[in-house]
Amino acid sequence: MQESAINLAVQLIISANPDLFEIIGLSLRVSLSSVVLSLVFGLSLGAFLATDHFRGRQLINVLINALMSMPPVVVGLFVYLAISRSGPLGWLGLLYTPTAMIIAQTMLITPLVAALSRQVIEDLYNEYREQFLSLQLTRPQRMKALLWDARYSLLTVALAGLGRALSEVGAVIIVGGNIEHLTRVMTTAIALETSKGDLALALALGLILLSLALLINILLSSLNISARRQAYA
Amino acid sequence: MKIFSCTSLLLLIVTLFSSVVVADSKQILVQSTTSTANSGFYKYLLPMFETQTGIKVNVVAVGTGQAIRNARNCDADVLLVHAKAAEDAFVADGFGVERFDLMYNDFVIIGPAGDPANVSKQSDIHNALKNISTVNALFASRGDNSGTHKKEQSLWHAININTEAVKPSWYRSTGSGMGATINTAIGLGAYTLTDRATWISFKNKDDFKIQFQGDPKLFNQYGVTLVNPEKCPSVSQHSAQQFIDWLLSKKTQQSIAAFAVDGEQLFYPNAK
Repeated sequence: MQESAINLAVQLIISANPDLFEIIGLSLRVSLSSVVLSLVFGLSLGAFLATDHFRGRQLINVLINALMSMPPVVVGLFVYLAISRSGPLGWLGLLYTPTAMIIAQTMLITPLVAALSRQVIEDLYNEYREQFLSLQLTRPQRMKALLWDARYSLLTVALAGLGRALSEVGAVIIVGGNIEHLTRVMTTAIALETSKGDLALALALGLILLSLALLINILLSSLNISARRQAYA
Repeated sequence: MKIFSCTSLLLLIVTLFSSVVVADSKQILVQSTTSTANSGFYKYLLPMFETQTGIKVNVVAVGTGQAIRNARNCDADVLLVHAKAAEDAFVADGFGVERFDLMYNDFVIIGPAGDPANVSKQSDIHNALKNISTVNALFASRGDNSGTHKKEQSLWHAININTEAVKPSWYRSTGSGMGATINTAIGLGAYTLTDRATWISFKNKDDFKIQFQGDPKLFNQYGVTLVNPEKCPSVSQHSAQQFIDWLLSKKTQQSIAAFAVDGEQLFYPNAK
């Protein structure tokens, strides 16, 4: 089984199977879009929470940390109820579109990005606090400086988000519907092949997804290394 | 100001990344049972319709129970499932316009090669199921309110075994789709009820075989229904009706009969 799966994976890639590339493309489009959106929301929220000491902040931190373990199916169901034709946003006609999948995944990943970045930035803030005070920087200036200086750690946060997005199936299968040529992504295709009993193909697709994640990580970490070299050169 | 710029950035990103599909009446949405999708039936049939009419058919394949629920939320133009009573209720409640018989096949009991409950020797389905319960052989149930699950419940009901209330230890409810349930049954060495189309096209059969078939009570009728545009204004009535008429036409019915997997016919057309 495992051997035939590897053979199959290699065959699919070498033969440049158009269906496969379409599915990979959509997976990347949906996951990367969700990660970018989650970074916009999550990093602002994380930096905000890290640099403020209002009452009830701890409660919000706990809440966001807890939201990291939100089951994807629940997020999917929540988004489905909102954008179903009979839901409050039904008139937008978003159900069973890639946009719906991006919305669901963004909701899923934003707490992850917010919680992790909050911790990273808070640690850095404790180091910088005196300096900020002496320079008399405004809040937005502080947040900007912290986000910039923490960028390498935040890249890992982004990768964690991307990992969750690329591997997630529960939310996208509900709001996307796994429609061929429209909303089928790698994970929903794997679920489908498993349900057809084609375990070799399911495993082959899994291997391809894993290689894709590896490729992205290699790419980003090499960018990271060369950026660091330049920064400290 | 900041909120404004954030929002506009967001809108920009959303539009960039997602090609927002402009409402296109030249595509329809079908909520369907899984057997028709998993067996490759749509892959065979739908391109004929799409090239003829230019109408794109999007299929969401879920269990019959969920398909009907989704259609009740107006998230469908056409419903194609296999649970006549539930479909009739769907129409009676005003969600569907009219239900048409489309095609049929049958359910079969699959089980391990050894056939511990000796169901293959039984003359009818009632005795087959009775045997499973008396020898406490494992039985995997869909447990998901699907068409197959409803059929299975009615069969147990007919022999006065109430699996819901009694929850016998040999009765395992998987709460998942047909394929997942077959995978589970094979893992457990359990019997299960499946439609013939899913079983024939299933790839991970292991040593499992059809152990019981042929009882008229295992008849499996597929029906097609137009979702009522009066209840659901979003329905692409014209294109959806065109699709249903096409499915029921003599020529398409012949194409349905010609569809085979591994030399076996999967669906028998019976539109009137």
